Amino acid sequence: MRQGSSPERRPRGAAFVIAAGLTGLAVMLLVDAAGLRQDGGYAGVGPADVPRIVAYGLLVLAGLTVLVGVKGDLPRPPRQAPAPVLWILGGLGLQLVLLHVVGFVLSGALLFGMTARAFGQRPLWKNVAVGLVLALVIYGIFDRLLRLNLPGGPLEMLIFRG
Amino acid sequence: MDSFSLLMQGLVTAMQPMILLYALIGVTLGTAVGVLPGIGPALTVALLLPVTYGLDPAGSLIMFAGIYYGGMYGGSTTSILLNTPGESASIVTAIEGNRMAKAGRGGPALATAAIGSFVAGLIATLLLAFLAPQVVKLALTLGPREYFALMVLAFVTVSATFGDSALRGLTSLFIGLALACVGIDGLTGAARLTYGVPQLMDGIETTTLAVALFAIGEALAVAAMLQPPDGMHKIKGSVRMTATDWARSWKAWLRGTFIGFPIGSMPAGGADVASFLSYAAERKLTKHPEEFGTGAIEGVAGPEAANNAAAAGTLVPLLTLGLPTTATAAIMLAGFQQFGLQPGPLLFVMNAELVWGLIAALLIANVMLVILNLPLIGLWIKLLSIPRPWLYGGILLFATLGTIGVNPSPVELGMLILFGVMGYGMRLYGYPVAPVVVGLILGPMAEQQLRRALAIAQGDWTTLVATPVSATLLGISAVFLVVPMLMRLRGRGQVLSQVAGDAD
Repeated sequence: MRQGSSPERRPRGAAFVIAAGLTGLAVMLLVDAAGLRQDGGYAGVGPADVPRIVAYGLLVLAGLTVLVGVKGDLPRPPRQAPAPVLWILGGLGLQLVLLHVVGFVLSGALLFGMTARAFGQRPLWKNVAVGLVLALVIYGIFDRLLRLNLPGGPLEMLIFRG
Repeated sequence: MDSFSLLMQGLVTAMQPMILLYALIGVTLGTAVGVLPGIGPALTVALLLPVTYGLDPAGSLIMFAGIYYGGMYGGSTTSILLNTPGESASIVTAIEGNRMAKAGRGGPALATAAIGSFVAGLIATLLLAFLAPQVVKLALTLGPREYFALMVLAFVTVSATFGDSALRGLTSLFIGLALACVGIDGLTGAARLTYGVPQLMDGIETTTLAVALFAIGEALAVAAMLQPPDGMHKIKGSVRMTATDWARSWKAWLRGTFIGFPIGSMPAGGADVASFLSYAAERKLTKHPEEFGTGAIEGVAGPEAANNAAAAGTLVPLLTLGLPTTATAAIMLAGFQQFGLQPGPLLFVMNAELVWGLIAALLIANVMLVILNLPLIGLWIKLLSIPRPWLYGGILLFATLGTIGVNPSPVELGMLILFGVMGYGMRLYGYPVAPVVVGLILGPMAEQQLRRALAIAQGDWTTLVATPVSATLLGISAVFLVVPMLMRLRGRGQVLSQVAGDAD
């Protein structure tokens, strides 16, 4: 998805952050490779070598990203609205924490409701109610009919096994 | 046995009622996701992988291919009516198609797109049937070093050749390759980058990565946009094409087909590249240059034929070599592996019935699609009136359903969130997403072929260029890497950036 440009944000900081991330990933690969028993066999190339090659590639790319950042060539993203992003991430985070406590249906309903809220749909309780119906239908189809193993909570026990 | 009789046998397999049902479900879902913004065929196949785990392999794979074909049909609808392409291969269609809709000619635009897709799908699937056995014969002569060279070529074309920056494309690819290192090494059994977490032993799930990058990254990016997108154009007048429309369309369909199929079948990029090249060809060859930019029907007919032909073409390297060249093909490969099938030359021997059933089912799916997309077009347009909050809420619910279905652990969901945020960041700064997925799937395969080749040659690296085939393939890879860079340096990069391969 290509997006328009707006001049008010500086691109350089972002380029350095990206380069730092790539370097971090490369370091993780190198540290892990150093801890592997080198067992190249006839190939002379063992399990640690390909991660090393990838890591060196990442380091070169990180260096080039810094260069691009200094020149200011990175695309400038348009202004972003932070609130919707936080609503969605909040919904996903809550699902991660609550999945095994309240089950798929309730945590999924919360995720649905908070995502809809991120796209401007209010009130939240109504979104969650819609999500609850949808998640129940999905649970019924996928867990009961298609035998996909979805974690159940008290609500699933009550409705489907009660 | 020749291709023709094998194809006839395949048709017998494909005519079974259950297989027809799977094909119908596939094309219907495919059209729906093609029409809906925010979800493409790659994501849909990724979501369905866990669901089909217990189902019939042949039927499931036919369903996946139906989704791929259907996505190519449905994508044109949103391009024409909304000016928001439903998937990346329809970006070019939006240029002329949306102008036609603005001028009240949305009906003929939709018709030429659907009929063009049908013509292209039919011809390209037949080409697939007759070409695949030849490629299989060729594939049997290839050794590990040739496979490695082929994969390098695929890496380069997926990441560096098209798009507006080789640096960003390669960065995406290397992120994918780094993620591919996680898990147990296929040759020695050494655990890499697992940090004692048992869920990481099997490596990073393709489904989780694809769903996070495509669905969650996309949802975050759309939610954070400040401007609302364009309104929809109603279809005015008839869907029928006039005699002039037909006369101007049919050559564009054929040209689009013969541009799209080779592009798709070589490891040279997917449907999006083909559709752009077809558009460029139509603009050069047209007798009505003044209409380009204001709604020329050739500009819809050609690219729509090209993207369907390319989708069929992509199946050639996927089925015969086990080599995915697009994100959707990469995820379909994961689908084959889920059923214990390894695409490649042996698949045509060991599972001949399945392969020919699949190819034959695609011919039938193509007929289903033209019926779904012409008389029933009104139905699909109604899909667009689903309010975005409900649509994206549903997408996220299904996205997490796929991951939870595979592995309901907090580790898996944590990765989903992490990669989702990564996908959002990548979209913000113009990093393509598809190379990450291709890197994750092809990375371990390329590593194994490389190490096998080196083991055969006892550690001698020159073995990689020791046969004409592997040397040529690596040479082509180098050309595809360097030439576009030079073009960009000379300020001729706009052409490449328009061909940017994004999602599917």
